[in-house]
Amino acid sequence: MRFLKFFILILIIFNFNLVHAKTKNLDEKITKNLRCLICQGQSVHDSDSEFAISLKTLVKKKLNEGSSEEEIYNYLKDKYGEWILYDPGFSKNTYFLWLLPILMFLIGGAIILKLFIYKKN
Amino acid sequence: MRTKIFPISLIIIVSVIFVIFYKGLQNSNVYEPQIGNQKNIPVFIAKAFETEEIFKSEDIFEGDKFYLMNIWSSWCAPCRDEHKFLLNLSNQKNLKIIGLNYKDKKKNATNFLNELNNPYDFIFNDTDGTIAIEWGAYGVPESFLLHKNKIVKKIIGPIDQNSLLEIKELIQ
Amino acid sequence: MASLIGYYSLNIGFSISFLIIFFSIKNLTKSKLDNKIIFSVFFQFFFVSLSFLGLVQSFISSDFSNETVFNHSHTTVPTFYKISGAWGNHEGSLLLWLLVLTLFIFLFLLRSNDQPKKYRILTLLFQQIIIVGFFVFLIKTSSPFNYIFPIPNEGLGLNPILQDPALAIHPPILYLGYVGSSIIFSSALAAVVTNYISSSWAKHIKKWILTSWIFLTLGILLGSIWAYYELGWGGFWFWDPVENVSLMPWLALITLLHCTLVLEKKQILTSWVVILSIATFTLSMCGTFLVRSGILNSVHTFANDPERGLYILIFLFILVFLSIFIFLFFYKSEKTTINSLFWLSKETSILINNWFMMYFLSVVLIGTTYPIFLEVLSSEKISVGPPFYNKLIIPFLVPFLLAMAIGPKLKWIKSDLENKLSLILFLIISLLLSTFIIRNLDINFLINTILVTSAFYLFLITLKDFFSKKFKNLSQNLAHFSFSLLILSILFNNFLSTEIITNLKINETYENDSLKINFEGIEQRDEQNFKAIIGKFVVEHNGGQTDIMQPELRIYNQPNIITSEADIKTTLYKDKFMTMNSVQNQEYFNIRYQVKPFMIWIWLSTFLISLSGLIGFFKKRYEN
Repeated sequence: MRFLKFFILILIIFNFNLVHAKTKNLDEKITKNLRCLICQGQSVHDSDSEFAISLKTLVKKKLNEGSSEEEIYNYLKDKYGEWILYDPGFSKNTYFLWLLPILMFLIGGAIILKLFIYKKN
Repeated sequence: MRTKIFPISLIIIVSVIFVIFYKGLQNSNVYEPQIGNQKNIPVFIAKAFETEEIFKSEDIFEGDKFYLMNIWSSWCAPCRDEHKFLLNLSNQKNLKIIGLNYKDKKKNATNFLNELNNPYDFIFNDTDGTIAIEWGAYGVPESFLLHKNKIVKKIIGPIDQNSLLEIKELIQ
Repeated sequence: MASLIGYYSLNIGFSISFLIIFFSIKNLTKSKLDNKIIFSVFFQFFFVSLSFLGLVQSFISSDFSNETVFNHSHTTVPTFYKISGAWGNHEGSLLLWLLVLTLFIFLFLLRSNDQPKKYRILTLLFQQIIIVGFFVFLIKTSSPFNYIFPIPNEGLGLNPILQDPALAIHPPILYLGYVGSSIIFSSALAAVVTNYISSSWAKHIKKWILTSWIFLTLGILLGSIWAYYELGWGGFWFWDPVENVSLMPWLALITLLHCTLVLEKKQILTSWVVILSIATFTLSMCGTFLVRSGILNSVHTFANDPERGLYILIFLFILVFLSIFIFLFFYKSEKTTINSLFWLSKETSILINNWFMMYFLSVVLIGTTYPIFLEVLSSEKISVGPPFYNKLIIPFLVPFLLAMAIGPKLKWIKSDLENKLSLILFLIISLLLSTFIIRNLDINFLINTILVTSAFYLFLITLKDFFSKKFKNLSQNLAHFSFSLLILSILFNNFLSTEIITNLKINETYENDSLKINFEGIEQRDEQNFKAIIGKFVVEHNGGQTDIMQPELRIYNQPNIITSEADIKTTLYKDKFMTMNSVQNQEYFNIRYQVKPFMIWIWLSTFLISLSGLIGFFKKRYEN
């Protein structure tokens, strides 16, 4: 019961947050999440290569045309493959990527817990 | 029993990791997307290089001819190197060469063509580089061989003797 | 000539390995360590140093008959960078690895007189296996002394981004850290074989853990500083594979350090300590493999050669299988142990530290290697970048920081929390403080408040302890304090950084509501091996304050590469950072102006972290 209340409270606060979340620098957010494919190890936002400059222009253009963040990602994924996105997202390719560390955390917790439970017996 | 399972599984896991790293080594680490192949060509609108009229891509790429879409610029050194191959290809009867002039100045580009001759049947303008992105290109030079609105072959970087022969073979 | 000396000394050093192995095996059953062994270890170190000096001398004298020099140097490169060029390439850096390996085992033998003889000999033997592996690797696949004929007149030049003071000393320091972990590896294996995993072993090996951890911290710091001012976008950590690869052994080392604290007190967690010791060096080697084989895409690329990659891979797995075998075969588990674990004790808090550290390590490890696995298994290629790491690490930082504040307050074996009231009071203070600050910033409220609260909490508690504990346990307290400082600086740096990207022609002005950037002009200057184009910008802030910023473009002659040098004005509160880039075919320049608060505190706190390691190193006795 207490847990439920706590959970609801968290949910409310998070929603409250979403209202306040800004969209001002959306193009910055998007370009920071794109790999500059020709510079290796830099985001499009951080790079000044020709490719990155064009991509920045394109993202601005698309945003002005009313595309959403998701649509832009899908568009670029279609052109360049998932490789261009720094945030791999949660898909069939990345289940293990996201879940394995969490699993490790849980296993670690279980091992520590076991140390104490053994002690009682 | 339990004491055996642990070492065996450990050794199996380590061996699997070894095999995967070994296989990973053999993959090329230079990234070339395969997705460009066998895809429909993008639809776009761009200005023509000379007349600055607005063209739709459908008007240029018609049905069952072969096209070579070449992204070039006067400031790009490798473009100079590949130019002689483009001129060579421009003699092919069943191939049209379409240029996409990437982030260039008209004056420099015109000089470039006057100096080295013009292999292109038609040239589009791409002043801010966004049309090149429509094509999934990385930069200049880059070429796409098109047939029936599909990308048959993609050449990243300058065309050389090998790719020239390959193109000639494909369009036969 | 120097190159020739280098070549022969390298081969002599290699043959001494067999001498050492022979002597050691003969000595295994004797009661006293044979002096011959120490002498031959010294001579091995001597010849490897000679070989290394030979390479350095070839670089200084621009001896282009040496292939490595030819590929990585040029007569116009300043002497300082000629020297640093010696280890700025694959071959030379491996020779440096080898040098550190032989140096460390020599030091180990000198400094371990009070340890059991059999354990020392076995450590030496295991270390020699690693050393032989590196000798073979170096001589077979990447000899730094290949001869070219006819002798070229001029070299190909040194990559300009390596011509930088921070990057010149970054590799040696980093390698001291990486290679230091090899001693931990060998000695852990030796201790398992001789059944010597005990509190005295823990005391003894802690020095080595600290040594490699301190150097690794400094090495990472230098790399970060370099990335900040040289890569031109004002970032200092990008979760690039090469950075991750150095972070992984760092995390393993700091976990191991905490673990040995427990082992010093009690005969528990022995198997865990052994596993960690093995993991640390394995991770260092794994990092070397990932970087050198070219299997990953990264900013730093060494010449890729599949043969080298394959060699390191095989060597790495030989070591892994060897250690698994030794662990399974020789390890005798502790018997008396677990009963003595009480839930509220220092042991528990260290277990919690280990738990979180292992989680962070697994995030970094999985994030770095996952793309390789995916590509091999499904031939799809994905990127794993900063958003992944941020999402998985940041939420877990909160409990971690809180535990870091409370953990050190607990006593060994069984403890009670003293001063509960003050602990809660501090939590409330930090909560209020961070609510107040975050409210005034235009950012996501909840998650940031929680984060900042936990960081402030650690900050305040450790700050208080400086006074109340009167420098008892200074190294621990300083380390935790500096870590909170680091997290706070990074957080506020993230919140408050501003950035302007614009295109300007000469004499144009950019203006927004808070400042004005005036591009006054450019001047050219010829340097020894590059031409500099220096921009002059006047930045007028609304408060009336003006700065003159002079970012630079450098056009290196050999190889012909343009780099951009940031101009950074550092103060205690913030850095002002400007870079300028030429744009293809345009008269304007691309200008990036950033104000980055607390940058210096990020460097300073990391430095303090390694300093606290140094204090720990010189402390005689670790607390009561």
